Amino acid sequence: MKLITAIIRTTQLDQVREALIENEITRVTVSRVSGHGRQKNAEQIHRGRKVVPSLAPKIKLEIAVNDGFVDKVVDTIIDAATSNDGYETDEVGTIGDGKIFITPLEECIRIRTRERGPEAI
Amino acid sequence: MYFLVKDFKIYEMPTKRKTLWLTLMAVSVLSFDLTAANQEGLDSGSTAWMLTSTALVLLMVPGLAMFYGGLVRTKNVLGTMMHSFAAMGIMTILWVLFGYAMCFGPNVLGGWFGWSSDFVFLKSLDESMMDGGVPEYVFSMFQGKFAIITPALIAGAFAERVIFKSYCLFIALWGILVYNPLCHWVWAEDGFLFNLGANGAIDFAGGTVVHISAGVSGLVAAIYLGARRGYPKTNMPPSNLVMTMIGGGLLWVGWFGFNAGSSVESGLSTAQALVATQVAAAAGAIAWMIIEGWHQGKATALGIVSGILAGLVAVTPAAGVVQPFGAMVLGALASIICYGALLLKNKMGYDDSLDAFGIHGVGGIVGAVFLTFFIRPSWMAEAAALAGGSWSVWQQLGVQCAAVVIAIVYAGVCTWILLIIVDKLIGFRSSRSSELQGLDTAYHGEHGYGMLNPN
Repeated sequence: MKLITAIIRTTQLDQVREALIENEITRVTVSRVSGHGRQKNAEQIHRGRKVVPSLAPKIKLEIAVNDGFVDKVVDTIIDAATSNDGYETDEVGTIGDGKIFITPLEECIRIRTRERGPEAI
Repeated sequence: MYFLVKDFKIYEMPTKRKTLWLTLMAVSVLSFDLTAANQEGLDSGSTAWMLTSTALVLLMVPGLAMFYGGLVRTKNVLGTMMHSFAAMGIMTILWVLFGYAMCFGPNVLGGWFGWSSDFVFLKSLDESMMDGGVPEYVFSMFQGKFAIITPALIAGAFAERVIFKSYCLFIALWGILVYNPLCHWVWAEDGFLFNLGANGAIDFAGGTVVHISAGVSGLVAAIYLGARRGYPKTNMPPSNLVMTMIGGGLLWVGWFGFNAGSSVESGLSTAQALVATQVAAAAGAIAWMIIEGWHQGKATALGIVSGILAGLVAVTPAAGVVQPFGAMVLGALASIICYGALLLKNKMGYDDSLDAFGIHGVGGIVGAVFLTFFIRPSWMAEAAALAGGSWSVWQQLGVQCAAVVIAIVYAGVCTWILLIIVDKLIGFRSSRSSELQGLDTAYHGEHGYGMLNPN
């Protein structure tokens, strides 16, 4: 079992979620997070002053999967989370598109039935 | 002359300034005398109510901003509220420039709209008093508020997917080409709908001019621009229904200015309109709750505000002519038919994001047509006298239907043309990436909420 944690652009959330659902990956936890990275943050305007927020808003997805599904999930997220994927410019992917972390998952328990392990995922 | 300044030292004015000050005071006293002379015929009661109504109708615009803003997704809340607020700026300026002249000037171009160059910049209104004892300035501002809220209503149909500057251009053109002529036809004394049939097409406070025209234009725009990305597959949850409820409440309050103010006096007809407004809104609210409770098993908060709006929209054209029973039936009927229209919309698949057509278009049509059956006898008697003997409900129904069809066709066709013009000039539909980011960051460089909602 693995826990896949993906940090993506807020703007790509809909697209990623739609792609995941299309690939029958429907169990996902989404949270709004913020952080630093190499990305230069988008300017905001406050009464005529340009303000660059120090923390960039991001979306965090958490998906627990059995080992056989890891590649499918990761590929789906990478495809859908890449910005400018050929729609408006030729440039594909920009700094700030995010990262995916894969960590081993020790145990998984379904609360209702108390099932444990791969069954419960 | 002395002024007290912050540190309580007494400060004497320099002589030069003192002279200027005294001159100014003398001038103001003098001009006060001049205006006092022109105040003959002023009805301070009516004027006070019209001033209040003017403010109440303006309150509806931020009310609408909150209503619509709460219904869109988090990333579009400011962009959507800006549609209403921008209308307050743009339409007011246009109204003062030549909107009032186009609406309330005498017929030109075969009655297409009105025109009087005296009304440009409201020049001739400075000391003008209307027959009812209300300064024309007040009337012009009251009417100007209607010109603000009408295009703001359309924005609900294409929320979450239009370029801000294109929207601004669109409402400016729409106000000139659609609103002003319609307003002239229905409310100017020489407008052809004002004089249709025995006693005119009944549109007390804007069923055809405001709600049908906005609703139909919204429908046309929603179809022209296409659905939002992901509609209807992706769930698009309202960002803040609490704000929507507050906005709906403000709309109800403001509607007393909208309807009861449309009597342009403070008297019996004002009272009649006020009662009809309250009763229809309540009937609409209850009817929607019952239908939803029966159909979905739960009465929702969004449902009750939708019902209130449906009732208010339906009573808008009717407020001057229906009695409480009629208002009650109209309110309930509007909720029933609008609810059906929303179900139909979901089947048909066009994306009228916030149901500008489903509530305002449909509710306006229901009100303008069905009010015919509830007109108070005294109005019918007056119509019969004007017609020279008899005037039946069915004849009036014909007049009402004609007015409705004219409003639908005119607003629909002109909006389609304007959409093409704006689209060809600067593009109307948001780019894919702007739509994904949300209007707030894409067009305004801000975000509405903190870190609340991952949508």
